[in-house]
Parts: sequence; C-alpha cells; structure tokens
Amino acid sequence: MTHWTILPIVVPALTAALIVLLARQDLVLQRFLSVLSALAVFVISVGLVVHATGNPPYSYELGNWPAPFGIVLVLDRLSAAMVLVTMLLVLAVLIYSFAGWDKRGRHFHALFQFQIMGINGAFLTGDLFNLFVFFEVLLIASYGLMLHGSGATRLKSGMQYVVVNLMGSSLFLVAMALLYGVTGTLNMADLALRVGQVESGNLALVQVGALLLLTVFAIKAALVPLHFWLPATYAAAAAPVAALFAIMTKVGGYSILRVYTLIFGEHAGDIAWIAQDWIMPAALVTLVVGMFGVMAGRSLRDLICFSVIGSMGTLMVAFALFNEAAVSAGLYYMVHSTFIAGALFLIAEMVINGRSDGQDTLAFGLPLHREALLSGLFFLAAIGMVGMPPLSGFVGKLLILDGATGTPYVAWIWVVILSTSLFNIIGFSRAGSILFWKSQAEAASQSGPSVPMESVSRKDNGHGPESGLGISSAAFLLGLIGLLTAFSGPVSQYFDTTAAQLLDGRPYIEAVLGSDALVESGFGSSPEADGMEDGLGEEGDMQ
Amino acid sequence: MNLALIVLLPFIGALFPAFLIRSGRNACAYGTGVFTLVAFILLLVQAPAVFSGQVIQARFEWLPQLGLNVNFFLDGLGFLFALLILGIGLLIILYARFYLSHNDPMGRFYVYLMLFQGAMVGIVLSDNILLLLIFWELTSLSSFLLIGYWRHLPEARQGARMALAVTGGGGLALIGGMILLGQIAGSYDLSEILQAGDQIRSSSLYIPALLLILTGAFAKSAQFPLHFWLPHAMAAPTPVSAYLHSATMVKAGVFLLARVWPALSGTPEWFYIVTSFGLVTMIISAWIAIFKDDLKGLLAFSTVSHLGLITMLFGFGTPLAAMAGVFHILNHATFKAALFMSAGIVDHEAHTRDIRRLGGLLFLMPITATLALVAAASMAGIPLLNGFISKEMMLEEAVHTTYLGQDWILPVFATLGALFSVAYAARFAFHTFLGPVRDDYPHKPHDPPFGMWLPVFILVSLVVLIGLLPGLIAEPLVKITTDAVTGGNTPDYHLSIWHGFTPALFMSMIALAGGLTLMALYLPAKSFRERFPRPEAKVIFEAIIEAIAKVSGQITALAHNGSLQRYLAVMVSAIIAVGFAGYLGSTPLGAGERAMVPVNWPGLVAWVLLVAALGATLMYHHHRLFSLILIGVVGMVVSLTFFYFSAPDLALTQISVEVVTVVLMLLALNFLPKETPRESSSLRKLRDLVLSGLAGLGVAGLVYAVTTRGFESISDYHLAESKPGGGGTNVVNVILVDFRGFDTFGEIIVLGIAALAIYALLDSALHGAAQRRLSKWVPEGVRAMDPHPFILVIATRVLLPLALMVGVYIFLRGHNQPGGGFIAGLVVSIALLMQYMASGFSWAQHRLKLDYHGLIGAGVLAAGLTGVGAWFAGRPFLTSDYTYVHLPVIGEFELATALGFDVGVFLTVVGAVMVALANLSRVGRRADAAYEAQEQATDGKEA
Repeated sequence: MTHWTILPIVVPALTAALIVLLARQDLVLQRFLSVLSALAVFVISVGLVVHATGNPPYSYELGNWPAPFGIVLVLDRLSAAMVLVTMLLVLAVLIYSFAGWDKRGRHFHALFQFQIMGINGAFLTGDLFNLFVFFEVLLIASYGLMLHGSGATRLKSGMQYVVVNLMGSSLFLVAMALLYGVTGTLNMADLALRVGQVESGNLALVQVGALLLLTVFAIKAALVPLHFWLPATYAAAAAPVAALFAIMTKVGGYSILRVYTLIFGEHAGDIAWIAQDWIMPAALVTLVVGMFGVMAGRSLRDLICFSVIGSMGTLMVAFALFNEAAVSAGLYYMVHSTFIAGALFLIAEMVINGRSDGQDTLAFGLPLHREALLSGLFFLAAIGMVGMPPLSGFVGKLLILDGATGTPYVAWIWVVILSTSLFNIIGFSRAGSILFWKSQAEAASQSGPSVPMESVSRKDNGHGPESGLGISSAAFLLGLIGLLTAFSGPVSQYFDTTAAQLLDGRPYIEAVLGSDALVESGFGSSPEADGMEDGLGEEGDMQ
Repeated sequence: MNLALIVLLPFIGALFPAFLIRSGRNACAYGTGVFTLVAFILLLVQAPAVFSGQVIQARFEWLPQLGLNVNFFLDGLGFLFALLILGIGLLIILYARFYLSHNDPMGRFYVYLMLFQGAMVGIVLSDNILLLLIFWELTSLSSFLLIGYWRHLPEARQGARMALAVTGGGGLALIGGMILLGQIAGSYDLSEILQAGDQIRSSSLYIPALLLILTGAFAKSAQFPLHFWLPHAMAAPTPVSAYLHSATMVKAGVFLLARVWPALSGTPEWFYIVTSFGLVTMIISAWIAIFKDDLKGLLAFSTVSHLGLITMLFGFGTPLAAMAGVFHILNHATFKAALFMSAGIVDHEAHTRDIRRLGGLLFLMPITATLALVAAASMAGIPLLNGFISKEMMLEEAVHTTYLGQDWILPVFATLGALFSVAYAARFAFHTFLGPVRDDYPHKPHDPPFGMWLPVFILVSLVVLIGLLPGLIAEPLVKITTDAVTGGNTPDYHLSIWHGFTPALFMSMIALAGGLTLMALYLPAKSFRERFPRPEAKVIFEAIIEAIAKVSGQITALAHNGSLQRYLAVMVSAIIAVGFAGYLGSTPLGAGERAMVPVNWPGLVAWVLLVAALGATLMYHHHRLFSLILIGVVGMVVSLTFFYFSAPDLALTQISVEVVTVVLMLLALNFLPKETPRESSSLRKLRDLVLSGLAGLGVAGLVYAVTTRGFESISDYHLAESKPGGGGTNVVNVILVDFRGFDTFGEIIVLGIAALAIYALLDSALHGAAQRRLSKWVPEGVRAMDPHPFILVIATRVLLPLALMVGVYIFLRGHNQPGGGFIAGLVVSIALLMQYMASGFSWAQHRLKLDYHGLIGAGVLAAGLTGVGAWFAGRPFLTSDYTYVHLPVIGEFELATALGFDVGVFLTVVGAVMVALANLSRVGRRADAAYEAQEQATDGKEA
C-alpha cells in the first residue's frame, strides 16, 4: 500500500507532462496516454477503497518529513471514496471527449490530466496549505478546460469564473494566515489538536478564520449567495468539461465536511460545529434558488445548471446536520449527484447536436436525431436528478430526510426538500415534453412523418458526440446510478462507517500524529467524549 | 419468492414489446400478454392460502439501515387489487391490440403499460411502506408516459404533465407521511405498523402524518380539489383510460386508505377529513359529469365521483362501511372498465366521442350497445347488477352515520350523489345508444371485431353475475379483503340482492326517479348550471404554474443578470458579513502581548509610497498603461518589504515575478484600448467604496491582531532541521524543495497549466471570428519609428551571457544561499525576454529553436521523477538525499536530489514564461502583418 496513496496525484501529473513533452502533436497518442492513465488511477482507486475499508486511516508523509512539519496525504474511507467517484466520472467523460471535443482546441488531454491531479490531490491531502495548492491546480486547469473550444460566451463566463475564484483563493490565504497565525501549524490533524486549546483571548481570530475559510469552500460548493459563478460557467463550458465539473462543486462540499468535522468538530471547544448554523440556512436557500432556476429555465443547460445548484443545496443540508446518519446520507447523495449531473450535461449536448438548429432553448421544438434513445436517457437522468423513485436520487433524499429527524431543523428540511422536489418535477417534465414530444409533434405537423434525415442529421457525421461513444458514456454513468441504487445497502453501510470515522476524528489524528499526540493533547477525553464512544460502539455493531 | 415474481413479471415483460413489435402486432400484444397471464396464474395459485386466512410473505434486504427492504406480503386486500390489476390488465392488452391504429407505435405502448402494471402490482403487494412509495411514484412516472403517449396532441402533453405534477407531488407529501408513520411505529413494515394502531393514533405526530398521507392518497384518487388532473388524463388512448381509471392508478389512493385503515382510522380527524372530502368530491363531480359532452369526460368525472364515494365509506370508519367500500371497488372496476372500453369502441368506430353527435347506436352496433347499457345501468345502481348492491350498502351506512351531530346530513347528500349518478348514467346510455339513427356520424359505425368486444363482454358478465349471485361469487373475496382492511373485524353481513324495505331502498328509489327526472329536464338544468361561474381547474392550475414560472424567471434573471460587478458585490458583502459576525459573536479578542516596533523612516517612506501608488491606481485605472506602472510600484514596495524583513529569497522572487508579469501584461495590453470606458455610476462607486473599505479594514484589523501576538509554529523545526535533514542552509529553499516540495510541485504545475491555457486561448484567437477581428485591428497612438533601438539591441546582447551566468549561479547556490530554481528560472526568462523585445521575436526565435511547451513538460517530469526516485530507496515521494562530492578544480560540493527537483522547477518556469511570451507575440506579429498589409494597400492607393 505504501505508495498507492500518492499515485492518483502523480500518475496524471506525469502523464500530462509526458503528453506535453512528447505527444502534443499526436492526438491518438494523447488519447492513448490519457485513457491509460485514467484506467490505471481507476484501478488504483479501487485498491485504495479496498484498503480503506479494512484499515484505519493511513498517513503518507511526503519527503519523509514527520507530521506536522512536512506535508501528509491521508487515505481514509472518505478520501478513497472521493477518488474512486472522480475516476469513474473521469472515465465516462474522457470517452465522451474522444467523440470530437478533444480536437477542438489545444492541450485538452494535458489540461484534463492536470485537472484530475488537482481533484485527487484536494481529496487526499491532509495539509491545509497543500489543499490551497491543489485548489489552484484545479482552478487553473479548469479555467483552461472551460475555455476549451473558444467562443465569446465561453470567454465571458470564463472570465467571471476566474475572477470569482481568484477572490476565493485570496480569501483562502487570508483565512489560512489567520489560523496559522494563532495555531502555528497547517497540518489538519495538528490544527484539530490545537484549535481546541486556543486561549480565549485568541478565540475570535480562530473563529473569524474558520468562517472565512468556510466562505472559501462555500464558493467552490456554489452555496447561495456565493454561487453566481456556476450557472453561466457550466452552461457555457463544453459538455465533457461541464460534466467533469460535476465533481468540482463536490470538492467544496468535501472540504467543508473534512475541515469542519476534523478541525472544527466536536473537540474544537467553544467553536465546535461552527459551520452548522451558517451552512444550514445557506443550503436551504440554495435549494430554493436552484428550484427557481429550474422553474425559470429557458434552455436545457440552464435547467441542468440550476438543478446542480439545487442538488448542492440538498447535499449541504445533509452535511450541515453533522450527525452520522445525515453525513452518511449526504455522502451517498454526493455520489449520486456527481454521476447524474455528469450524465445530464452529456445528454444535453447530444440533444443539442441532434437538433437541427443546434440550440437547446425550451421555447419551440425541432426534430431530433436519435430521439428515442436520447429521450429515454434523458427521462432516466431527469428522474435521477429530481429524486423520483426508483433511482438513487430518491434513496438519497429518503436517507437525508431520515437523517434530519430528531434535529431542530427537521421541519425546515422536510418542507424545503419535498416542495422543491415538486417544482423540479414540474420543471423537468416541462422541459422533457417540449424537447422530445413537442418537437415530434411539430415535425409531424410541418412536413409529415418523413422529415428528410439530411436536415436532421446535419451535425451527425458519425463522429459527433451523439455517436456511439457519446451515448455509451452517458449510458455508463446511468448504469453507475443503477448500481448505486441496487447496492444502496452496502454503499451506505460503507458511508455509515465513513461518517462515524469523520465525526470521531481520532482515527485520523492518530494516523497522522500518532496516538501519543492524541493522549498528550487530551483530545477526546473531554466530557463530550461520551457521545463519541457511542458512535464507536455503533460502528462496532455494524461490522 | 412467488410474490416477488408476480411483481417482477410485468417489469420483465416491459423489456420485450419494443423488440417483439418487429415480429408484428400480434406477436407484440400476445407476447406481452403472456407475462401478465403468468403473473395472474401465479397469483391464483396463492388463492387457497389467502382464502384460508394466511398472509404470504417474501422478504429481501435492500437498504436495511434505513428500513427500506424489498418485503412483499399478500393478504386479502392485496389479493383483490392484484386480481383486478392483472385481470383487467389482460383484458386491456387484448383490447389495445385492436384499438391502436397502425400509426401508433405499439411496442412503446406496451412497454409503458407493463411498467405501469408492474408498479401497480408493486404498490398492492408491498409490505414495506418505503418500497410502496417507490412503486407509488413509479405509477406517477409511467402514467405520465402513458397519458402523453399521443405526444403530438397538446392536450396529451399537458394532461401528462398535470397528472405527474399532481400525483407525483402528492407522492412527495406521502414520502413525508410515510417516514413519520414509520417513525411513530418504529418500523417501515406494514405488517408491524398495522399492529401499532393505538400507538400511532395517540402520537403527537399523528396529525401531520395523517395530513401528509391523505394528501398523497387524495391526489392519486383525484379527490376534490385535487381532482382536476383526472379528466385531462383522458387525452390518453382509451385502453389507458380504461386501465388507469377503473382498476389501477386512481384506485391506488383508495387502496392506500384501505391499507392504513387499521392504523389511522377511528379518530374524529380521520372521520371528518376523509368523509368530507369524499362526500364533496362525490357530489360535485357527479354534477359536472352530467353535463359533459365528451363520453370519456363524462366517465372521467363519474370516476372521480365514485372514488369520492369509496373514500367517504372508508372515512366512516366502521367495519361495515369498509366492507361496502371494498365491494364497491370491485364493482366499480368491472363496470367502469367496461364503460371506458365501450366508449373507446364508439370512438374507434364513429370517430367521435361527442355525445351531441351520437345517438341511435343501438341499432348500428347492437353488441357494443347492449354491453354498454348493462354497464351503465350498473353504474346507475339498477337492481340485479353489482353496482346496485354496493350502492345500497353505501346508502345504508350513510343512514347510520352521524355527521356534525346531525343524522340527516349524510343520507341526504348521499342520495343526492346517487341521484346525479343516475342522471349521468342515463345521459351516457340514452344520448349515445338510444334515439333515432342519425346520418351525420363522422364515420358510419358498426360493431368492432370480436377481440375488441370480448374484454367488454367478460367484464359485463361479471357485472351481471355479481349482481345476481353476490353471495356466491363476490362474498368470499370481499370478506377476506375486509378482513385485511379492518384487521379481522369483518362484520357478519351477507351480500344479497334483497335486504327488505330498508331506508336505503327508498333512497335508491328517490335517486332513480330524481335522476331520470333530471335527465328529462336536461336542457333547463344545463342553462341553470351555466348561469353560475364554473372555475376551470385546469386553467387555474396552469395559471399558478405559469405565475410561479414567471416569478421564478424574474427572480432568477434579477439575481443572475450576468454582471460580474453585481455578483462580486453580493459575494463580498456576504463574506464581510460572515467575517464580522464571526468576530462580534465570539469571546472578546485579548490584547496582543507583542510590543509595536517604532516607526522608522524607510518603513514610513515605503508605506507612503505604497498608499500613494494604490490611491493613484484607483484614480487613474482608466489609463491602463499608467495603472500597470503603478501596480509595478506596489510590487516593488512589497519586494522591499520582504527585503526589509530579512527575506532575500522572497524579495528576489518578487522582483523577478514583477518584471516578468509587467512585461507580459504590457504585451497583452497592446491589443486592448488604452483606456477603459467609464461605466460605473457614482452610486455604484459609493457602494464599492463602502464594501472595499470594510473588507480592507477587516483584513487590516486581522493582520494587526495576528502580528501583535507571539506564537509558536512549526517553522522552528524547519530552522533546526534544514541543514541536518535537508542538507541546505537556506531554509527558504529547503522548505520550497524539500519540507514542502510537494507544494512547489503543485505550484510549478499551476504555472505550467497557465502557460498551456494561454497558448490554447490565444491559439483560438488566431482562428475564426477572433482572427477576422484581429486582422482589422489598428494600433492606437503613434508607433515607434524604430522598433528595435540599436543601443537596446547591443546592450541586451552583451548582457545575455552575463544574465545566463547569473541564472546558473543563482540556481546552484540556491540550496545554501538566496536563490534556487524558481528565481533562476525567472532571471533566465528575463534575459531571454529582453532579446525578444530588443531584437524582435523572429530574430530571437531564429537563433533559439526551442519549443517551450516541451520545457514545461520536461520540467514537470523532472520534478516528478526526482520525487518518484525516492521510491526506489523505499522512501515516500520527494524524499531527498544528499551527498558531498569532491571534484578537482571546483573542490568539494554538495549534490542533493533536491537539485533534480530544482531543475524541474527551473525548466517549468522558463518554459511557462516563454510560452506566454511566444504566444502573445505571435498574436502581435499576426496583427502587425495584417496592419502593414493594410497600410501598404492604402499607401498604394494614395500613390
């Protein structure tokens, strides 16, 4: 297991470098290297999950420097699962891009591999500053990808994307400087030990630092009112890029979950669970804003973008509860929402390319090439996105609703989640019936059933995304949704233990700093520790 | 196991029709029917067990943590419903074979139908209420597809969407109700919930659970005021209507009432809510049904009315009423399916369903007419038919039930409902089949093929048989069902035609006479009705949805207007609010223990310079070049500050970064207008001033607070370990390439990516629309007469070897003295940059044939492979090692693996800077070439 932990970062980084060095003129070689790397990291990530399932967290000390003085990567259930989810999405998106997108600009595959490196790094790192570095890698690679294929709209929304994220990065530095200024450390496990011991005179600084850091992650997670960058960016990006970005908001969600359970969790003294009171209302409002956007959507991609915002709201509602059931539910929903958003963006583009006008406005219909197949895929993906049975979106929502019971927020959460679901159903059924039904009707009324296929398949020259490659990547993602639904039992069992591990925090700290540090600092021996013991007990029962 | 198979078979069957249709319509229909038939037979196999009072179960784990498991059970209630769903389902499949025209995609129809059938069977056999929910919403989804089957009809699309919104929305309420119910009972398994009735009814969550569950059930069963979707669902093909509105979809709601009856009924809340909604629905929709001209519309409202009747019966809460409800479910399913199919036959043959255009069909299509007349008579409650018996039971129960302390309310209104139903049944029968034969039918009707009227015949036979021999045929089934509904409290009551001269009999007679009278007075009644406003529910619903969509659109457009300034203002405000709230909401900040350093002259000058430069940038930001220079000043002061605080590495880095960025930005600015337009209003400036002022003050305050207190940090360790552990005395460099080499690895990649992105972006600027714009570009201002000043050319060429040497020197000494790969890379880049600037890009490019992309790749690869090298020593990534080497002449020097890493850093930096430069100047040369061509063209013209 020794070096496996770092492979999800190093393999794509070196692959990208190799592509730039040797393969920048040869698309076939680029594709080969790119897919080879993605497959390799996928296999590795499966290994990581297997390892994390049976073992306590594992700390990989870069440069062989002991924590907290060097940088560590930490492999635990959460980070392993996140990497696996990323790689599954990556495989689908990569295959989709082979249908033509990777030809439309320079350096697609290099940027793509760097993007993977950044995402995996953000999930695996156990160091706050290193997290910042990976955020930068993410941002700059995503900026390159976002502009891929060029065009004025893309440039304009790309500009907004980069400005907003630069602001986020600066804020990240401010927040980190505050935390470092008071605690003198950047290692997350070490921070967790020290934050609880901050003297009361410095508490205000730590609290401000914690909250500013929260806003940084909230920007990434597209929580209202920090979500403005998302709709235009995702709608303007090329389909494979938008689909890949489905995991990017999750990086924000992941960071919130990681930092605000480990560092500002139960043992943070006066600022324990500081994120909750801020995230919860923001997440609920995010859901509502997402719903408004879905109801208002004038184009298919608008609709999808806002439903992504709504699903981030759902996800963050679950995380903000910070109890084992809800966090586990949120993690399950996160996997679901990643795949479903990815699938929807791919399908949306195939619909656009299949339409004879190449548009996705929901105002009037035009005949659609491959209508039966695409409408079937869209129907399934829409069911998943709005959270109707029987797909994992429904299971995830049930888990979240269940996890909310017994908390003071239960009424709010239920009312908001259920009512926004209704409007999502209305919005998506409207879009689907206009796109797939009305278009057929108008085609029939205009020129009879035999619309000349030449006009319909203007863009379909056998290489467009709606060719076999495109359909199969979308189908692959929906297949993953199917598996996630069928195996919701084992999957949520995995996440139950993950959530327990997160909320406890001690296994993580022990892995990074050793059990002595844990004992010395008195971490976990506070009176609140009782609840935690219970948590452990449950974990034991489950296994 | 068999139970699961019964549920699964229709779903499996849904996989085939789309392919079977390739073998023809018969293969498709009968192939599909086989699955339903097998499921039906499997169900019948269970009959003996069910009739002997057993409850058959099948259990599989799915998501046990949540309590969501695939648990099925079969009791009387499930048996009755499954029998109806599969039995009538078979008839529908047969009927649809003949009903669908050659233009209708039959494969798709059967796929949807089977999905729906499976979902319905799933509902009635679920033991787990969460599983039930899943099937429940699946019926909403599959009925959406069925109703929208004729997608070319706008009313089909609207009807489908409305049905989905209402029933799916009801399903969402049901989700809430079911979870509450499960939590009260401590289990999501029905078999346990039904045992916990007392506990549920006494719970404080009873009322919310009840309301949510009833909302779900009422939406599905089309109870007023959620009834409006049902008539519009009639846009579906008639087999769908016959199926959905007789035995299945809408019955799911009453099924649910029956299912939870033992757990939820018996309270005043249950009684008043359920009874009232049922009663109101029954009367209102029966009244509307009378005046519907569309055959299916009339039947649709009559369905709503009958559902109201059944709902009301379950609301009474007495076992006998429940028994009547169960019996009426059975009866209604038979006669209503027959009626829908008859209406479909009329439509199919006469090409119209408009009652006003029909009449006299008895003589043209005698078989259909006879069957329809019998079924209609049953609907009206004429004796000797099954509808009569259950309606009698209903009236009887109404007589014995007190409502709001009054005995008369329910009997009177129940009779009124019955009266209306006689009227609409009469209208359906008389105006369609009786009367003179007309000669203006859109199509001359005649009886359909055998296969099409056979299902109707089977159903009507049941209507008659149950009507004649209720005790023999229906009673056992009704009794075991009632057993299941009431939890074993089945009353000792026998179904029979004659119960003596009961009040119900008189009420029946009144209803019959009154209904026929009303029919005779049809036209006056119609004009009476038309005098009152009749709110059209569909219009209201669509107006509400439209309004919500409109408001959503306005809110969304207002919030997301595309203005970056607006977005940033909102975001910064939020961040400021969060930051200040965090500060004010915490324990007061203690005073810092560190004394302030006294102000000295250099510091003061630098500070004044900084503030002045920033202020000037603010003032003159419209002049792009000038503000760039001002920003350079800011950078300089920052470098000086680093220097002042004894950080020469940082100072060096900062200075070289400043130089490179300013040069590159100058190149980029070349293509932009020299001034930015003035767009901000003064109000907006004020807003921005306040926001940035608050943000700046906030950060300044934080900096002050942090710097006034002492702290211990991990950097002590870095200082101590730099030489022994990292092999270098320059701690900053050891941190960069060793302690935190991984960060540096990431950051050089950021730099590399940035260069690649610049390349990709500018490359696209050389094609398409951007290229056309570029070719028309006219530089602003005066152009220099001498693009390559001689002195500059000479100076830079002389300086080049020197600068390169400096670069190498800085690189090599980096580990111990200020320097390192990053700074060296920048220095070398600057040296190269100067060549390009002074002598022109093509001159330089000609002499240094290097693809700088490769440098980036090589750099990242070098750094990465240095890190990987540690693996072979069994150490983690980037673990460094160093040794001392003695070479003649040079002497002893240190060789560290960190050097390899630093080479990577160096290469990446040079590569990134040069790629950026190369591409900016590529655009420039392209533009220049175009411009000069233009000039020459104009010159030529002038000449």
